[in-house]
Amino acid sequence: MTTSPSEHGAPPGSTGDDPPCDLAVVGAGPAGLAAAVTAAGLGLNVMLLDAGERPGGQYYRHPAPGLRAARPQALHHHWHVFARLERRLRAHTTTGRLRHLPGHHVWTVLPEQPAETRQSAPAPAPVWRLHAVADEGPGAGSEDGGESPVTVRAHTVLLATGAYERQLPFPGWTLPGVVGAGGAQAMLKSGLVLPGRRTVVAGSGPLLLAVAAALAAAGGTVPAVVEAADYPSYAHRPAALLRNPGKLAEGAAHGATLLRHGVRLLTRHAVTAAHGTARVQAVTVERLDRDWRPLPGSARRIPCDALATGHGLVPQLELATALGCATLRTADGTPALDLDGEQRTSVPGVWSAGETGGIGGAELALAEGELAAYSVARALRGTRLPPRAAVLRGRRDRLRAFGEAMATVHRPGVGWTAWLDDATHVCRCEEVPAGAIREAAGELGARDARTVKLLTRAGMGWCQGRMCGPAVACLAGAEPAPDRRPLSCPVPLGHLAALPGAGPPAQAPPPPQPPAPADR
Amino acid sequence: MTTTPARLVRADPGPPYEITFDGRPVPALPGQSIAAALWAAGILAWRTTRDSGAPRGAFCGIGACHDCLATVNGRPNRRACLVPARPGDVITTQKGTGHDDLAV
Repeated sequence: MTTSPSEHGAPPGSTGDDPPCDLAVVGAGPAGLAAAVTAAGLGLNVMLLDAGERPGGQYYRHPAPGLRAARPQALHHHWHVFARLERRLRAHTTTGRLRHLPGHHVWTVLPEQPAETRQSAPAPAPVWRLHAVADEGPGAGSEDGGESPVTVRAHTVLLATGAYERQLPFPGWTLPGVVGAGGAQAMLKSGLVLPGRRTVVAGSGPLLLAVAAALAAAGGTVPAVVEAADYPSYAHRPAALLRNPGKLAEGAAHGATLLRHGVRLLTRHAVTAAHGTARVQAVTVERLDRDWRPLPGSARRIPCDALATGHGLVPQLELATALGCATLRTADGTPALDLDGEQRTSVPGVWSAGETGGIGGAELALAEGELAAYSVARALRGTRLPPRAAVLRGRRDRLRAFGEAMATVHRPGVGWTAWLDDATHVCRCEEVPAGAIREAAGELGARDARTVKLLTRAGMGWCQGRMCGPAVACLAGAEPAPDRRPLSCPVPLGHLAALPGAGPPAQAPPPPQPPAPADR
Repeated sequence: MTTTPARLVRADPGPPYEITFDGRPVPALPGQSIAAALWAAGILAWRTTRDSGAPRGAFCGIGACHDCLATVNGRPNRRACLVPARPGDVITTQKGTGHDDLAV
């Protein structure tokens, strides 16, 4: 096993000994891209680390160059926005102002221990160390999984780690052919494949409309979109709707595609079981009451060979919570980062933008990423916020209001647990049935997902509770706790052993001093 | 003409190459992940679970759920949704941890 990054062709500056860059951005989705190119344009030295092979994140996910897609925009809204960002990324990369490190999974961010200094010496500027596992590309056959350790040092950090899909289990959801709604979309956007010929799309949230429209446009048959919430509920929040005509237009565009392809939209319905042996062959759809409890006698079967399911998105927070960034709860009970008027987290020197502050979509992420870059430049260089910052802040507030309305409408109803039978595996990795979790939360007295995990192993597997976490918390009678994952992705043991010093320092470094008071 | 994802985005990939799944030849397009190539061939499961031996394949599609673990060229626990398919790749169904050889 080799641990020297240079031998693997890792970029210079990634060994952890080079001078820190001004800003390290984690995530090259809409928020991270907007922040990185804006900051580079302001003259900062920027490193952009991203787990993906190509920039864009999940929203702008697109086919690999080898597939030579002439019209990737056919699967996207606002593709021109991404095309422009990518051009700016390339331009700044050419000048050396910005370095894009694709295939880099950041698994932890730590404050650097300042070297011992004499009392009279000035306090050194704080430095963050971002530890990443770098893919080594094709065919790497080394024992440690073809991955090399990379460390990036930076004066400031922007976490644009996005979100992952919330799953609520039901009998049969582990059958082959049952896939995440976001997963079906990701496989379509990047690999140009469909999970089946007849795909039911079910769960909750506007993503379902986008997924169904994409599957139908790409030649799939979508017998139904099954939505647990009620779209007319949006009408109870007219202010958020009227201030965001763009969102209405986007919804209308998906609606038109679905109409054109004859896709039925069933609201206040849920897929409460998937049937089949080697793969899904049909689903049971039931009508729901206001709390998402199935109404007796309403069950019917829809034949299909695939099911794309998801119940909204949840912010991906573990890098932020490991740093001690404060969280709050959004309207659907999900933890998100508590950010100020300039996208600063509660930890000085750490900013965040996009879905980490609450689910709100790409347009919001773009505005927040750009705003965060102005704020970082102000903190490092003492420049003033430009007038555009006020425009971005207004856009952000308007879109955040829409996000809150969306979270309220699609908040999972407490009655969804009635879909489960005791044998349903809630934790896919460790195959923990609902019965065991109910026992832990009942007789054994567990009151949160962590205790349930200790008693049953639910959430202890490969995915680190990303698939079952919200469901387990709900079965334990708790609101989901903020993500706690000391390592945000699998890391070869050798990389851990090679870290200088053991364990994180006891306290965060001193904050950078912004030249002006915070205006929240 | 039937719509397909490739026609929708006017993809013009190079000629497909061959990988194998449990000994059976499967075509893969340049740029596709192993999971995408398997889906295109109608294969949805390439792993069995440790406890119940239930079949699994890609679920989240973005490398988070680890349901799509496969044995690739003899190496287990590769996320098929992330790993690009390469000419001649030998994919085999991963049973349990993929480390039966270490069982005691």
